[in-house]
Amino acid sequence: MTHPAELMYSKSHEWVKFIDETTALIGLTDYAQDALGDLVYVNLPEEGDDVTAGESFADVESVKAVSDVFSPVSGTVAEVNEELIDAPEKMNEDPYGAWLIKVENITEKEELLTAEEYIEFYENEEA
Amino acid sequence: MGSFLPNSEQEQLQMLNEIGFNSFEELFGHIPEQVLLKNLNLAEGMSELQAMDHMEELADKNVKFRHIFRGAGAYNHYIPAIVGSVVNKEQFVTAYTPYQAEISQGILQSIFEYQTMICELTGMDTSNASVYDGSTAAAEAVAMCQERKRNVAFISETSNPETIKVIKTYCYGNGIDVVMVPEKDGLTDAEALKEAMGASSACFYVQQPNFYGNIEDCDALGEIAHAAGAKFIMGCNPMSLAVLKTPAEYGADVAVGDGQPLGLGLAFGGPYLGFMAATDKMVRRLPGRIVGETVDRDDKRAYVLTLQAREQHIRREKASSNICSNQALCALTVGVYLSAMGEQGLTQAAELCVSKAHYLQGVLAEAGLQPKYNHPFFHEFVTVSDVNSKVILEALEKKGILGGYPLNDKEILWCATEKNTKAEMDQVAAIVKEVCG
Amino acid sequence: MKLIFERGKEGQACTLMPACDVPQVTLAAPKREKKLHLPHVSENELSRHYTELGKQVHGVNDGFYPLGSCTMKYNPKVNEKAAALPGFTNVHPLQPAHTVQGCIEVLKQTQEMLCEITGMDAMTLQPAAGAHGEFTGLLLIKSYHESRGDVKRTKIIVPDSAHGTNPASATMVGYDIVNIPSAADGCVDIEKLREAVGEDTAGLMLTNPNTVGIFDKNILEITSIVHEAGGLVYYDGANLNAVMGVVRPGDMGFDVIHLNLHKTFSTPHGGGGPGSGPVGCKSFLAQFLPGLQPVEKDGALSLVAPENSVGSVKAFHGNFLVVVKAMTYILMLGKEGIPAAAKNAVLNANYMMNKLKDIYPMAYDTVCMHEFVMCLEKMKHDIDVSAMDVAKALLDYGIHPPTMYFPLIVHEALMVEPTETESKETLDEAIAVFRKIYEDAQANPAAMHECPVHTPVRRLDEVRAARKPVLRYTFE
Repeated sequence: MTHPAELMYSKSHEWVKFIDETTALIGLTDYAQDALGDLVYVNLPEEGDDVTAGESFADVESVKAVSDVFSPVSGTVAEVNEELIDAPEKMNEDPYGAWLIKVENITEKEELLTAEEYIEFYENEEA
Repeated sequence: MGSFLPNSEQEQLQMLNEIGFNSFEELFGHIPEQVLLKNLNLAEGMSELQAMDHMEELADKNVKFRHIFRGAGAYNHYIPAIVGSVVNKEQFVTAYTPYQAEISQGILQSIFEYQTMICELTGMDTSNASVYDGSTAAAEAVAMCQERKRNVAFISETSNPETIKVIKTYCYGNGIDVVMVPEKDGLTDAEALKEAMGASSACFYVQQPNFYGNIEDCDALGEIAHAAGAKFIMGCNPMSLAVLKTPAEYGADVAVGDGQPLGLGLAFGGPYLGFMAATDKMVRRLPGRIVGETVDRDDKRAYVLTLQAREQHIRREKASSNICSNQALCALTVGVYLSAMGEQGLTQAAELCVSKAHYLQGVLAEAGLQPKYNHPFFHEFVTVSDVNSKVILEALEKKGILGGYPLNDKEILWCATEKNTKAEMDQVAAIVKEVCG
Repeated sequence: MKLIFERGKEGQACTLMPACDVPQVTLAAPKREKKLHLPHVSENELSRHYTELGKQVHGVNDGFYPLGSCTMKYNPKVNEKAAALPGFTNVHPLQPAHTVQGCIEVLKQTQEMLCEITGMDAMTLQPAAGAHGEFTGLLLIKSYHESRGDVKRTKIIVPDSAHGTNPASATMVGYDIVNIPSAADGCVDIEKLREAVGEDTAGLMLTNPNTVGIFDKNILEITSIVHEAGGLVYYDGANLNAVMGVVRPGDMGFDVIHLNLHKTFSTPHGGGGPGSGPVGCKSFLAQFLPGLQPVEKDGALSLVAPENSVGSVKAFHGNFLVVVKAMTYILMLGKEGIPAAAKNAVLNANYMMNKLKDIYPMAYDTVCMHEFVMCLEKMKHDIDVSAMDVAKALLDYGIHPPTMYFPLIVHEALMVEPTETESKETLDEAIAVFRKIYEDAQANPAAMHECPVHTPVRRLDEVRAARKPVLRYTFE
């Protein structure tokens, strides 16, 4: 399992990649995709929708479960990764390439963790 | 008394003893005394012979019409002998929902075949495994189209009243506002629809052919719905789709209907089957079971319930529908029926319906019942007369004929199918002439 | 196996339709342009196709079917015979009342018997399935509160052990869900319930015995807590087979219930339907019932809509033929047979549980009702053999697996419901199979992942089915 050092992580298992101060890509962490198993579908928001830090903006489906994906930031959806609708397996195969949404006009963000802190967080959570 | 318990009382007692109980009272001893039932006030149990005799007596109290000219949502079509022979196989009858795919391929494949046939009939991309009946299919279709900012459903007044009632009941539950689109000369008032629809419109539902048997201008109606950004739902008679323009060709987003005409008996209203088909874009919103193709471990083609994350057992309160079954045995019935009929047989049956209904309309007009509308129709039409509908229908009933469905004192909705012969229809006309003449 | 579309050839068909005996009419309406593809097979091929499909289905007649919460009891053949009477099958739903006196009497007598069995005052037979019944019952609750102008009641309380349909049904009638955790014994946590109820409580949905197969002894306290808060209590009848003729939901304080005629009252499941989910209620809710009610006047029966009916949840009168089957069953069992069935269902479950609990840990080690839940968490942890593996191993022995992974509050759950129509011999054989599988798993855990090996197909690639859905056959 890998967790690139250049990304930030949320406690609800999303990664955030800041492009500038107010724009970021959001995806599921390697740890999350591993725990969720083979993903078969993702329900994405639409461009222009508002997302709120701590609230669900999408859900991902495995064969036997559906899980919410929470936004670590508040802002507006600038772009959604529509490629995932046809190829949900990308979220398993390349979790850091498979961004879900690009958020702009970020006004707020929750407390984010570094890769090191994130690993410590989920290891504690497991124990 | 009748009983289906295999263990004798002695064996029951032995089993109780083996697990540490002396009696059933002890086994149920943890149930609070206050709620235990003292006396179940039912009659003593019957033997099979007595029970069957009782049921036969009840069945005999019904009048079983040899000649039927009533439709209005339930249609009297011929059911090929092979249908009963297949669907009465014990495995199909007694199995549960095919959760264990390894031992359920027969049912799963039959549903996959059914889905394919519904797609073929409607021209739509995807079908589910069926729902309870045509009316609930319509109500579920309306619910499918609800969106955050679109919460108003437009329903044509020319739809079957039973369907309208069910849609309204479902919408009372889920909070969708229902607006009825008025009827004008037996058809949906397109102008009124155009005026009423707007940014909050979720969908428009129309029945084809409509309740009065008339064929609607669904090109125009669909265009109006889409222009308002709403979804277009068509309720179809599946038999008619062998000859009429399909919902897909009309641009429908969802097509629904009752599968009863395809091999299911009248049966006082059920069990029937509701079919639901949609464009690929709407698949994820389609409620109910869906069967998909895949492979097993040895790479052998096989079928399985799929896209289950849409459903209640996974999504729970976030599911858009609570349905967790289908009318599998009825879907099998439809599959066998359509296989027996084939394209040729079904088209022939549909054409027979058209010709017979037009013949009936002609002879009834000569006998004094004038057609109310002058629109193209499939196998149902409305007549008007000054003679009370009740008088006409009672005269027919005396001769063992179930006449059309009385809409009111003056109007009757008639239906003819491939089962009605010329001789039968001539007899109906003669009786009507006597009453009206 | 070939699909029906891959059999036969163009031009083959059954001969079913006669020539037209009236002038042929060409419709002056838009016609379908797309070619219609339907199978083209002879009757012999058609018959063989479905016979072959039939061989790849496991029905109750094929063997033991201990599928928890589904009550896969034997389906008496007399039910089918009664439902096939032409006096029932050839009747149009819109015939005048005086020509369907027998059908209306079936509805009336069945409702009366079901009311007596459940302790309810009124009933509708219109809902077509259990989930449909839940939806209907909740509509009654909604109508009741609204009729009193009590519009602040927006929440339905559901225990975390509930079947997924409960919350989904509540959502369908616009209610919000309040999940309450179960107590350690699997029953309702009384304190949590007290905390959850209030002015916004529309009702509580409950099964008793509950979804872990245990009778909740506090049931009278539970229903009165909800009533005192002004809510109504809904009984999910999925587990009625454990208590019919012994305890009545009406006597436990429930206001509205649904039944599953295809579980408790022996009508067949048909591979997923048609079923029937009647809804019963106390007299104060009868005015809201959907559909039509049988009414007797001067010796004649007719069908009349209740005064403040909520509408209709299905066209016409429900799955009538399923009702005929259930009625036949109830007539045969009668006052002694109904409780005898429940008692033997409970006996068979406890017998099996006791003969397995030394090796398969039970989620709750207490007297169970008609079903019990095994918890295979330890096996999964110790030797990586899951509930799924054990279930799939059972397939190789011709036994339909128990319900897997339900209820959600038990991990690696297998829920076993033998039903009363299984003999001691069958139970003993099944017990031996369960024990053998346990031993095989200990000896060679890896081999368990390969099961089943003797079924028509082996484990399926469900991920592929969901990722790249193929939902119909495509013609060349």
